[in-house]
Amino acid sequence: MIELNEVSYSYGGDALLSDISLRLAPGSFHFLTGPSGAGKSTLLKLCYMELMATHGTVTIFGRPAHEISRDGVASVRRRVGIVHQDCQFLDHLPLLENVALPLTVSGQSTEANMAEMQDLLAWVGLAAKMRSLPPELSGGERQRAALARAVVMSPDVILADEPTGNLDWEMSLRLLTLLVELNRMGKAILVATHDLNLIRHAKAQVAARVLRIKDRRLQLAGADL
Amino acid sequence: MKLSKAIALIKGDPRADRAVPPTGVTAQLTVLTAAAMAFLGVFALALSLATGRLADRWASELAQSSTVRISAPAEQLAAQTAAALRVLEQTTGVQSARALDVAEQRALLAPWFGPDLPVETLPIPQLIEVVETRDGYDAEGLRLRLRGEAPGAVLDDHTRWRRPLIEAAGRLNALGLVSLVLIGVVMVAMITLAANAALSANAQVIRVLRLVGARDNYIARAFVRRYTLRALTGALAGTALGMVAMALLPRADAAGGFLTGLGFSGAGWLVPLLIPPLAAIIAFWSTRWAALRALKEIT
Repeated sequence: MIELNEVSYSYGGDALLSDISLRLAPGSFHFLTGPSGAGKSTLLKLCYMELMATHGTVTIFGRPAHEISRDGVASVRRRVGIVHQDCQFLDHLPLLENVALPLTVSGQSTEANMAEMQDLLAWVGLAAKMRSLPPELSGGERQRAALARAVVMSPDVILADEPTGNLDWEMSLRLLTLLVELNRMGKAILVATHDLNLIRHAKAQVAARVLRIKDRRLQLAGADL
Repeated sequence: MKLSKAIALIKGDPRADRAVPPTGVTAQLTVLTAAAMAFLGVFALALSLATGRLADRWASELAQSSTVRISAPAEQLAAQTAAALRVLEQTTGVQSARALDVAEQRALLAPWFGPDLPVETLPIPQLIEVVETRDGYDAEGLRLRLRGEAPGAVLDDHTRWRRPLIEAAGRLNALGLVSLVLIGVVMVAMITLAANAALSANAQVIRVLRLVGARDNYIARAFVRRYTLRALTGALAGTALGMVAMALLPRADAAGGFLTGLGFSGAGWLVPLLIPPLAAIIAFWSTRWAALRALKEIT
């Protein structure tokens, strides 16, 4: 679905990523790890076209990224669920409308999908908070809401950037369980995290590949994980 | 823009509108600016229409009339007047010619000397009003013939002072139109600035909308609709106020007929009603241009 072939990315003359090759196939589960500033977020941004590769080819749903128009990028993002560490909500809208935002912008009615929306919020344990504004939610609630928004369009791929960065261990495990459930539904998952305990815990539940960015290059993580 | 699209724009999409938070002060300033520009637009339009009417009237009234003035000793005045009238009657291109009577001459002088001036006792020249045919006459030939038959007769075909007056009226008319264009340009600038401010203030909202799959047109529409409706609302208010102000101006006859009256007349009252839809169209395109340009900066 998303394939990076010998991709490099430079900014201001500095190479941030070099010679990256990665294939996110349906039903695959990848962890992406590495120290802060290694380029995990950059790699994710290349996958949803917030950044464009300076060398190599990013192919998204069979089309080279550099050939996709701005409207095409919007269409791609409806098939890719993105979970940010800072969640990126619209603070003036209640949680329900924030989670339904991908439906709204694609012209679908929230009212027509209300039952599914309530099920979705119940699935992430936020059914009672649907009328709350994002600033009224805790960090864990916001992360789960971000996951709900990422999956509301039933995307083929879910990209999560440090989704447990602000969560305690219990809440991190809960979020991981949700991601594993999604993976079992056939979604491709790519999670950027530096939380090695989370990765170890996930490997007990799902066949996940663990990749590490080191010296701007992607490599398979060692047996310690 | 098709009518159905315009109606859809006005009706809007409440959910899409909710995605972009309202911007209080900018919104009020946009309405105020549109109202002020529309108010000024009504006056510029009135000036332009009035000067247009004035130029037309002067051109048509003066183009086909001229005057023969006879200055002669009292005992020769009647004879020279009769001789001049004979010449005029025989001149090709003169439709009619008649000597003004005492009452008409008195009326002409009344604005300066009052209505009781004893015209008949004063050595004032006799005036002959000449009305030309559509093709007009040969002014130089007529002057030569008048010089021979009535030496005290001087032909004034109004050209000398008619041309600068018509030119002045034409320039005033052009100034009115230029003012209208400038008002439109200022409105474009103001709305573009306001839209840019709103877009900058909502950069994070726009980024989130793009991330969840919103197309540029979807995001732009929320801004375009708001600014179009604000400009329309402001322009409606400004135009209404301007038209009321025009209606309250002194009537042309009460003001002495100066400039044929600055207000609108007849169907002319319908012309300012074009200002609100024009303001809305200006707002639509300037906001759309600003929005799409700003959106290109956001991936």
